[in-house]
Amino acid sequence: MADLPKPEELVQIDHSPSLHKGLLGWMDTPVRIREGIALYAGKPQSLEYVGMPNPREWNPLDEDWKLPENWKEIILDGLRERLDRFRSLKVFMDICVRCGACADKCHFFIGGGDPKNMPVLRAELLRSVYRKEYTTAGKIMGKIAGARELTYDVLKEWWYYFFQCTECRRCSLFCPYGIDTAEVTIIGRELLNLIGLNVDWVAAPVANCYRTGNHLGIQPHAYKDMIDFFCEDLEEVTGIRPNPSMNRKGAEILFITPSGDVFADPGTYTAMGYIILFHYLESLGLDITWSTYASEGGNFGFFTSHEMAKRLNAKMYAEAERLGVKWILGGECGHMWRVIHQYMDTFNGPADHLEVPVSPITGTRFENAASTKMVHITEFTADLIKNNKLKLDKSRNDNLVVTYHDSCNPARGMGLLEEPRYVIKNVCNHFYEMPENTIREQTFCCGSGAGLNAGEDMELRMRGGMPRANAVRHVHEKHGVNMLACVCAIDRAALPPLMEYWVPEVDVTGVHEMVGNALILDGEQKRTTDLRGEPLPGMEEEEDV
Amino acid sequence: MNFVVSIVFSGAVVTLLVLIPWVGVGAFDLRVLFGIVIPYAAVITFFAGLVAKVIGWGRSPVPFRIPTTAGQQWSLPWIKANRVDNPKGNGGVVLRMIFEVLLFRSLFRNTRMEFRNGPRITYEFEKWLWLFGLLFHYAFLVIIIRHLRFFTEPIPFFVKLLENLDGFMQIGIAPLTGYQLPGLFLSGMVLLAAVGFLFLRRLLSAQIRHISLPGDYFPLFLIGAIGFTGILMRYLLKVDIVAVKELTMGLVSFHPTIPGGVGVLFYIHLFLVSVLFFYFPFSKLVHLGGVFLSPTRNLANNSRAVRHVNPWSYPVKTHTYDEYEEEFRDKMVEAGLPVEKAPEPEEEASEEETGEKE
Ligand code: SF4
Ligand code: SF4
Repeated sequence: MADLPKPEELVQIDHSPSLHKGLLGWMDTPVRIREGIALYAGKPQSLEYVGMPNPREWNPLDEDWKLPENWKEIILDGLRERLDRFRSLKVFMDICVRCGACADKCHFFIGGGDPKNMPVLRAELLRSVYRKEYTTAGKIMGKIAGARELTYDVLKEWWYYFFQCTECRRCSLFCPYGIDTAEVTIIGRELLNLIGLNVDWVAAPVANCYRTGNHLGIQPHAYKDMIDFFCEDLEEVTGIRPNPSMNRKGAEILFITPSGDVFADPGTYTAMGYIILFHYLESLGLDITWSTYASEGGNFGFFTSHEMAKRLNAKMYAEAERLGVKWILGGECGHMWRVIHQYMDTFNGPADHLEVPVSPITGTRFENAASTKMVHITEFTADLIKNNKLKLDKSRNDNLVVTYHDSCNPARGMGLLEEPRYVIKNVCNHFYEMPENTIREQTFCCGSGAGLNAGEDMELRMRGGMPRANAVRHVHEKHGVNMLACVCAIDRAALPPLMEYWVPEVDVTGVHEMVGNALILDGEQKRTTDLRGEPLPGMEEEEDV
Repeated sequence: MNFVVSIVFSGAVVTLLVLIPWVGVGAFDLRVLFGIVIPYAAVITFFAGLVAKVIGWGRSPVPFRIPTTAGQQWSLPWIKANRVDNPKGNGGVVLRMIFEVLLFRSLFRNTRMEFRNGPRITYEFEKWLWLFGLLFHYAFLVIIIRHLRFFTEPIPFFVKLLENLDGFMQIGIAPLTGYQLPGLFLSGMVLLAAVGFLFLRRLLSAQIRHISLPGDYFPLFLIGAIGFTGILMRYLLKVDIVAVKELTMGLVSFHPTIPGGVGVLFYIHLFLVSVLFFYFPFSKLVHLGGVFLSPTRNLANNSRAVRHVNPWSYPVKTHTYDEYEEEFRDKMVEAGLPVEKAPEPEEEASEEETGEKE
């Protein structure tokens, strides 16, 4: 693994491709695959488990990537097929005017300066081959028409740069034609997967998820153990032991959340937040179950191919049907919600075995989820708070000065902006927004989405997360912000090291962790610590006793 | 392909395109070719090419509903949804598209990233691309509408109205009218200024220079040349407007004629326009049609409320619950998790199955 440069070294970035490089032209600048940026290759056993093509040991740093002999044919046929299947791709291949509006909108370009990380060039990597193969001008005039042959080097370039895109869609927001480089990346990766060009950090979770129901490969008994363990911790903090049910038939609602929250801090505290909330609501009529089979909200299949996304997503409806629930509640996660909101019903619907979600506590009908029948937990909780169903003690979060990071997918692939803010403002007293160019629909990626949150590409992640961290530092210096809230499990895994690197004074939390802290349970003991076991504001001395 | 080559190449091609009709008409008197055959061929290519392009796009389905949401979704009734930037239904989509197509809304969001080591990253005001982009397109539109005077008899009132407006606005600016020159049209000047801006931006911004292809410089030069020859004809080397109109009316009424007295300059102008028409469907200029078909803009964000169907959806292999339970049954039972099928009773585990309730 490459050593991570110091922040002072990392910020030495030149965003102007030098005249020298300009003279060479990007097509003639060869790709140089660098450690610290590139990910490890997908392992053969991961690919085999789900039946993906060309499983083998290979290393992106090697010359030979061990491709099938007819790799070019496979890719070009695949491209043809996808052009016929996706109007998005076909239109995006034709209409970019290279105005450059998207160029400095990508966090990887901002934090790294590599010109091929300008969204427009990332897409041109594919577009240039498209022109060569499928346009008259490109066939005849070649480079003059911006067309080039698909060579081994071009293929390597694809792999290198399609795995330096977090599919965050920030570029598409600014493009006058809505060209979505994320869509190009998604399809580009799909093509690469046809010949076994994958990365371990995506392929392994996919195989795990297929087998055990979740990315981390947690088996059912272990999953239950972890939930039990959270309940023990909660008993210590609140004096009350919740009793969440698992795989229970006949429950009204199925709860699905990313497995990351069951596995690693600080996501675990968010999971504890859910458990407390559900416990609190039980007496008000909530009838909810977790599932060990549908134990993953996220979908790394989405970073592989549309087909794999569909295969992994299928278990949500399948499990809902098996358990006979009425609707599904979904936890805090980013790309999970892009898939649920924009793909799930199309993939695996219609979910006729379910009903239009109605909150059993407030009676609110979620018309916006009438077809997909899945509700986001912040929609659910915001509705509870609005209807005065939760007893909250905001002051328990008084030690936190909070800002909120919109995850890319819920922001630009859904529009979930106010719901989490409403919840946050109702569970804590100190909330400050980051600058407007860095939040809501313009939000900056954590830099580690779409399967990039591995260890070996730490430099890439610290670069990609730089714009986000820069905005956090701004509010940290201005308002003393010390807590970065988010509604995404990848964020909860990716932002802590990012903060550690750029703004070490700031910690990361899920929104429902703060809900869990503020929520006053009936008959609870006087709380002295928060869910993390740290003293509550004003309780510091008592702790010392 | 570096930018020097791109610019030199594009410039050379446009120069050549000026020379072709100059020689063709000036030396060889090929007026029928340049005045009738090529314009007809160009217009046919333009329409056929563009229609084919749009049909080609249209033939590929939209398997998933993927609007880029740029505002609050519609969810709970008391949260104010952004009906335009995150449309819930078709009404909102129409509004969004109108804002996009007529006002370049997305481009209006543009900022310029300012990077200082530290790092301090800020996002600065940058509406120039939006402004000049808008000016460029509207000037072009006005010029096209003005040119309808050559293709209609009588000239529709809106063409005259627009001409008056276009000509009126400049009076305060250009003192040239005193020299008995025809009123200067604002649109022509604006178009050339915008072309100049767009070219300089490409050339001077290192990022844009790096991404530019000959296909970006060429249309700018071509349009610049068209504008320039047009202005020349109107103000300096005047052409016989009556004769020109005879020719153009002949073209639209499908009784083409070649009247005398039309100078070479006009044929150059006409040829360049013809080239633009030829070139259009095979270039990035098809964004004219594509912008309407972009699935990130022209779809409502309601895929959770209304099911969207993928026409080529096919069944996929999944890992079913039964397969899952088959693999983990014993562990599940041991952990007290409910199972569908009781484990084989060979072991004495049978006691435990009925174990604690969850
Ligand atoms: S903003 Fe859109 S049109 Fe402009 S360069 Fe980027 S992708 Fe191309
Ligand atoms: S989707 Fe995000 S990461 Fe990918 S090119 Fe666009 S801005 Fe960059």
